[in-house]
Order: sequence, then structure tokens, then C-alpha cells
Amino acid sequence: MDLSPEYLQSRLTEKFGDAVTAVDTPYGMFTFEVPKEINLKVLQFLYDDPELQFRFLTDLCAVHYPEKKGRELALVYHLHNMRKNVRIRMKIYTDINQPDVYTATALFSSANWQERETYDFYGINFVGHPNLKRILNVEEMDYFPLRKEYPLEDQTRIDKDDEMFGRG
Amino acid sequence: MGRLNPMTMARPVQFNVKNEGGKKVDISQFPGGYQGEGFFAGKMSELVGWGRSNSLWPLPFATSCCGIEFMATMASHYDLARFGSERVGFSPRQCDLLMVMGTIAKKMGPVLKQVYLQMAEPRWVIAVGACASSGGIFDTYSVLQGIDQIIPVDVYVPGCPPRPEAIIDGVMKVQDLVGQESLRRRNSEQYKALMESYGIE
Repeated sequence: MDLSPEYLQSRLTEKFGDAVTAVDTPYGMFTFEVPKEINLKVLQFLYDDPELQFRFLTDLCAVHYPEKKGRELALVYHLHNMRKNVRIRMKIYTDINQPDVYTATALFSSANWQERETYDFYGINFVGHPNLKRILNVEEMDYFPLRKEYPLEDQTRIDKDDEMFGRG
Repeated sequence: MGRLNPMTMARPVQFNVKNEGGKKVDISQFPGGYQGEGFFAGKMSELVGWGRSNSLWPLPFATSCCGIEFMATMASHYDLARFGSERVGFSPRQCDLLMVMGTIAKKMGPVLKQVYLQMAEPRWVIAVGACASSGGIFDTYSVLQGIDQIIPVDVYVPGCPPRPEAIIDGVMKVQDLVGQESLRRRNSEQYKALMESYGIE
């Protein structure tokens, strides 16, 4: 079976109904959104189904949209079917005040470090993760640096006050 | 194969074995003193400084492109060995001169500090390049804004990256410091206060 966007969409809506939204194919890559509560069910379905077989989690990352109230943090899963060499993208959104998302570590071992990285930079709390602590930044860091309310620049400097350096 | 003709090569290579043409070759100056038949009397600090400054053992702590320039500095063309720094050590306990070359992330800060602590006194530090000196272009939350936030630095070499000549110039500046250093400097109140300001015993 050819894993065309139409086929993938029909299989997902057949299984999950209206929960699958925002279906699109930007730059030829099938993309859809599901509620964050069923992220594991969808991943498991995509993993187990003999036709779909998306068994490789290529990438897991977050995006911060401060203007989207109630769904500020997007979590993006990139999945790969190695047999047919098809990649798809699954998005979930969460409230920044309660960024709890179920961990995918039971399904994909590669999710372990990727979820730690996403926690490190965006503060998404992966419920059930075996070792959710910072992975790239120093452990003393007390904020999540890629959230947009925080400036990029190191705030300990006092010699660069030019507005070009973000400290105007 | 005949002998290479220097005139036909793009960059003439000169052999200085016989010093044809009588080019001036600088060698380190022996510190002055009184000497005669069977004795020499001079200042101990000058003799020690002379010895130390011409046998510095560098410890390269290279993390990025400045480290590549350092490789060129150590290689035959620029040849840091001419200045007595032949022996690059990779154990901090053997080395006198810590050369920090490249971006130091905040997460690497404790590692760098530990390397510094493992070196025996007297020890000197060069910050090579913009990143080691000030964070450079990486004005960001994850990068240490200059290694002098965690360890004392003797000489800063500017550049992004600096050319090997600049690194050699920095090493020569350290040689000047080493050669003129008082033997009691490391026991001085000022030096202890400097160490304490970095939280180093």
C-alpha cells in the first residue's frame, strides 16, 4: 500500500475520528494535529499498524507560540517508516501553565534524550519519563531558555549595553 | 629529482642551516651577573625566570577554530618550539602554561577550572581568541562570557581566530611575564587575594 497523504488521513480519521485536525502537507510532508491526551495512542497506532509501521522517531522538538493563548507550546514528532521511506509529522499543543505531556519513552528509546532536551529548553513536563532532567544546559539553570519571554543574550554582562545586543 | 630551485617556487623556501647571507638569529640572552674563573654570581630570580620562560610547557585546551590555528602554530612553519615550547603536555600536572583556545560553554566551565586547579604553581594562562577572552560573538545564555569569569588570565590574544603570529606574540608576552616574575609573587598577599576572588585555595 502506498502511504499517500490521502491514505494516511483516511486511516487516522477512521481510527480517531474528529480528533485528527489541521491536516496539511507542507513541502510534501504529511502533517496533522491531535489532542495531547491521546498522543501515545496515536503513536502506538502508527507504530503497530502493519500497513503504517512508523517505528522510528526521527525528531522531537517544541515550538513556543506566545500569542496562542491556552496552546502556547507545540510539540512536534517526526516519524519515519523505514521500509517505505516515508516521513510524517505529528503535532500536539499544550498550555504553558500546565505543560504536562505523556512520555513516548516506552515506545521509542530515542525519545529519552530528545524529551530531556525538549524539557531542558521549553520546560515541557513529560509525565512518566524515567530521568527527566537537563541534558544540554548547566544544571543550575533556573529557566527554560528557548521560551520567548527570555532574552537570548547572557544577562551577566554589563559592557554591552547597545540595543543591538538586546540590552537597550 | 634534482635540487629544488628556490627561484622557480611560488614561495621560496629558505634553509637556515648554514645561515647563508648572515641573517641575524636571536637567541635567548643569558641574564647578567658577575663571573670569573670558576664562579658566577647573579640573581637567582633572573636565572630561574630565564629557565622557566624558555622552557614553558603548554597545555592546549582547544575547543574550536582557535585550536586549528594553534596546530599551525605548533607545526613546522610557525614552530612554537623555537621559543622553548617544544613539549606540549596533555597532563595538567606537567604543564606551566594553560592555553585556552575556543568557545567555552558554561557547562564546560567547571571542567576548565578543574584542569587549572590540577596544574602546579607556578602556572600561567593565555586566553586565545575572542571567545575565550570575552565570549566573542556568542553573546548567549549558554556560553561563558570570557574564561576570566572562572580562572585568572595572564595574557589575552585578540582575533577571531588569531593568526599564528598573534598566538606566538601572546606566548612571548607570557615569556616576558615569566622571566620577570619575582620568586615570591605566588606567596604575595595580592596573589592570594586574586586566587580567593576566584574561590581557589
